[in-house]
Amino acid sequence: MSAATLFEVDALSAGYARPVVGPVSLRLGGGEVLGIVGPNGCGKSTLLAALTGSARIFSGRIDKRPGLRISLQQQQAPAIEGIPFNGAELLSLTGASAEGLPPWLESRLAERLDRLSGGQLQFLYLWACLQAPADVVLLDEPTNNLDPDGISFLEGALRRRAGEGASLLVVSHDARFIDAVCDRTVVLG
Amino acid sequence: MNTELLFDPLFAEPFVTGLVFAILLPLLGCYLRLRDEWLAALAFAQTAAAGSLLAMLFGLPLVLGGLVAAGLAASLKHAFEGATRGTQGAAYAMLLLLGWGVSVLLVANLPLAERMGHALFDGQLYFTDRSHLINAGVFALLSFFSLYWLSRRLLLAHFFPDFFRARGLSERRAHFAFDLLVAGALALSTMSVGVMGAFALIFVPPLIAFNWADGWHRALLLAVLSGLLAHVVAFALALLLDQPFGPLLGLLLVGMGVLSALLRSLGARH
Repeated sequence: MSAATLFEVDALSAGYARPVVGPVSLRLGGGEVLGIVGPNGCGKSTLLAALTGSARIFSGRIDKRPGLRISLQQQQAPAIEGIPFNGAELLSLTGASAEGLPPWLESRLAERLDRLSGGQLQFLYLWACLQAPADVVLLDEPTNNLDPDGISFLEGALRRRAGEGASLLVVSHDARFIDAVCDRTVVLG
Repeated sequence: MNTELLFDPLFAEPFVTGLVFAILLPLLGCYLRLRDEWLAALAFAQTAAAGSLLAMLFGLPLVLGGLVAAGLAASLKHAFEGATRGTQGAAYAMLLLLGWGVSVLLVANLPLAERMGHALFDGQLYFTDRSHLINAGVFALLSFFSLYWLSRRLLLAHFFPDFFRARGLSERRAHFAFDLLVAGALALSTMSVGVMGAFALIFVPPLIAFNWADGWHRALLLAVLSGLLAHVVAFALALLLDQPFGPLLGLLLVGMGVLSALLRSLGARH
C-alpha cells in the first residue's frame, strides 16, 4: 500500500450469513472522493459495513493505514422518538462544528431530534459524520429524504471537506449526485 | 399528626440516604430509558433482594449478598448480550421471576428472613443506619465520576451505533461498566427504599423528564428534581401518617407521572 493510500480493498468478498458483495477491489487516496454505485441489493452498504468491521469477510482483504479514523453515516438513523436530544448535542457528540450549516437547519439546532422533519434529521446526521474529526468519511445514500436545495448544499459541503484533506467514500443510487461530487466511481453488481 | 418528627435527628440519616438515591437512580434511569432497558432495573432490584436474603441464610452481610447477586445478573446480561439480542426484555422478565421466586420462598420458610423480606419489599427507609448512608454516599460519588466518563460513550453508542467499531474501538466495556453501576445502585437502594421504591425512582423521573425536556442535560436535571421532590414529600408523608415509605414513594411518583402525561397531552392539544 502506497503512502498516499488510506485503505485498499483487494478481491474482497463480504456479507453476513453468506457473501453479499464481491469480489471487489478498490483503493482510496487522501482527499479523494470515491463513488460506489450499483443496483439495489448489490451489496453497496455491506461493503461499507465490511470497511467498518460490522460485516463478515469471506475472502480477500482490507488494508487500512494504522490509526485511520473512519466516520460512518448509516442509511437508517437509530430510534430517536421520545428521546430528549437536540441537534446541537448530536453535533457535539461527534465533535462536529455547526459552522457552515445551512440556515434552515442552524436555526433549529436547539430543537429535539424527534421534532425535526425527515430531511432535516438526515442532513443533521450527515453533518455530524461529515464534520467529525476523521480521515475517511463513509456516506451511505446521503441524498435520501433531501430536497434539491439540500442536495445542492451537500454537494458543496462534500467538496469543501475533501478540499480540507478528508477522503470520502459515497454510496448512492443517484447517478447525477455521484457525477457531481466524485473524482472516481466504482460500479458494483 | 406530629410535625416535630420531621425535624427529629433520629431521621436525619435515613432522609439523607434516601436523598442520595433520589439523585442517583433518576440519573441512571435516563440512560436505561435511552437504551430501552428499564425492565432490567426491576430485574436487578429483585435479584438483589433475593441475594440479600440468601446472604442472611448463610450469615453473610446483606449488602454483600445484594451486590454480588445484582452484579452477577449484570455480568450474565453482558455475557449473553449477543445471544439474547432482540429478546432482552424476555431475559429480564425471566431474571425478575427468578429473583421473586427465590425471595418469596425464603421469606415463607425462614422466620429470620420474614422480617427482612418485609423491609426489602415495603421499603422501610427509617431502619437504615449510618453504614447504609456511608455505602450510599461512597457508591454515589463513584457513580457520578463514572457517569461523567461513560455518558458520551453511551450516547454515541445509541446515536451512532458503528462509531467505535469504525475506529477499531469497542464500546462493550462502557456498557458493562454501566450495567454494573445500575446493578450496584439498585442493590444498595433496595436495602433502604425497597425493591419497588428503587424501581419507581429509576423508572418514573426519566419518564417525566423525557416528556418535557428539549435536550439531554435538561432531561437529567428534570429527572433528578422529580426524584428529589417525590422523595422529600414521601418522606414527610410517611412520617406524619405513620405509613411505610416505599409504597408512598411509588404512589407519589405514579401520580406525578400521570399528571405530567395529562399536562403534556393538554399542552399538545393547545
